[in-house]
Amino acid sequence: MAVYTSRRRSNAIWLSLCYASAAFGLGWLVIILATLLWRGAGGLSLAVFTQMTPPPDQSGGLLNAIAGSLIMTGLGVAIGTPLGVFAGTYMAEYGRHTKLTFVVRFINDILLSAPSIVIGLFVYEVMVTRMGHFSGIAGAVALAVIVVPVVVRTTEDMLLLVPAPLREAASALGLPRSTVIRKVAYRAARAGLITGVLLAVARVSGETAPLLFTALNNQFFSTDLNAPMASLPAIIFQFAMSPYKAWQSLAWSGALIITFAVLALSIFARVLGSKGSSR
Amino acid sequence: MTSGVTVKNELPTKIAVNNLQFFYGDQLALRNVNLPLYTNKVTALIGPSGCGKSTFLRVLNRMYDLYPHQRAEGEVLLDGRNILDPQQDLNLLRARVGMVFQKPTPFPMSIYDNIAFGIRLYEKLPKSELDGRVETALRGAGIWDEVQGKLHASGLSLSGGQQQRLCIARTVAIHPEVILFDEPCSALDPISTAKVEELIDELKENYTIAIVTHNMQQAARVSEYAAFMYLGELVEFATTTQLFTLPENPRTQNYITGRFG
Repeated sequence: MAVYTSRRRSNAIWLSLCYASAAFGLGWLVIILATLLWRGAGGLSLAVFTQMTPPPDQSGGLLNAIAGSLIMTGLGVAIGTPLGVFAGTYMAEYGRHTKLTFVVRFINDILLSAPSIVIGLFVYEVMVTRMGHFSGIAGAVALAVIVVPVVVRTTEDMLLLVPAPLREAASALGLPRSTVIRKVAYRAARAGLITGVLLAVARVSGETAPLLFTALNNQFFSTDLNAPMASLPAIIFQFAMSPYKAWQSLAWSGALIITFAVLALSIFARVLGSKGSSR
Repeated sequence: MTSGVTVKNELPTKIAVNNLQFFYGDQLALRNVNLPLYTNKVTALIGPSGCGKSTFLRVLNRMYDLYPHQRAEGEVLLDGRNILDPQQDLNLLRARVGMVFQKPTPFPMSIYDNIAFGIRLYEKLPKSELDGRVETALRGAGIWDEVQGKLHASGLSLSGGQQQRLCIARTVAIHPEVILFDEPCSALDPISTAKVEELIDELKENYTIAIVTHNMQQAARVSEYAAFMYLGELVEFATTTQLFTLPENPRTQNYITGRFG
């Protein structure tokens, strides 16, 4: 009986420790989201989405930053996704047991956790100094460099989850290797592959450091990839650091927009992922 | 070298296997196997787990080629031509020698596309003709009545037994000459098993068939010839009736009477 009581007690202690840790971790997240809502929601209005960033202490919006973010994120993902999918396909399908795959996976893992400011500096060195000026295209390339390792990793992992008998069955029909991969393996892994891309989008849409070194910023609306381009993270950085109340308020609104866009994307990716696995 | 082969007749041979050795890396998995597959006959391969039955089957369409460190030596003559020749076009070989697996493996697409997929690869057909081919294949696999109303539902929505017959239909659709069955019923219930066995009986009209099975009653029911394998060797090959009633080798006798394996 004594044993039983002590077991119950240690169980209760253990359980409450787990609960407390979970609550502690989640608590910060809730505080961050609540602060964002409280400080950012007040400044949200139609003007935020339709007007340009204003000079200090005047009213305006974030249109140029939102557009810049969409363009550079979209272009970065468009450049990085095919590269990542092809590399991941090589690793999972063609070169599964080769040394090259082992080396690529190792380097990819390093790239995956590389500080993004390093990637910004790298693209600055390779593109910005050669072009002689900051540009939207350099920003997109910097984001693409961040997208690639994420997509490589998820593509490889998802293709490795495709059961071998499915591949064998497709090969047994006399299908060439490339058809087996494109028509059967990709299809079977589709939800996972899309989730990977969405996660990459979420990852790059909040990146600031690589953009500061490449696209810099722009007060005006611009879709010229050869010129500096505004982005939400860069604007938030600039406005939040300023002493002007109107700018600070816009920075909060921008932060709110990014956070909830990423949140929505993550939820979407989750739903898609669980749909794929439950089949 | 015809050790263990006790059948002496002049049946046309679709596949002749001569002195086949198979290696997983350095490990010898098949030792000097000699075995004929007679045209339009069902040949069953029986033996305890790990005896090399499935390995043998996977040589006949060179499925092992998908994996590194697996290799075969010897001769496998399909209509007199050695398919182990490195020059052999593997896709062409697999179009001629189809395979049905232990677990049903429908592709993640509609029932219709599961069948049409393979056909489209070899022939450019107008829609109406393709529809006809899909129907014929599904009828051939005895599953048409169950799926005709839902051809565009996912192949994964079918039951296990239906999925297996869908896979057979898919194999039949591209008109192979030989069909290899690798324990096709081990994941199925008795009713589905009976349907698949009936199907195999019908298919031998047009195809040469080899079937690996753990179930000796099944081997007795579906096959005309049977081979008993043990530890990577072919112990005995005979007509099914003879192998099950009057085996020559004491090891075959022990296995079929359930003394081991």
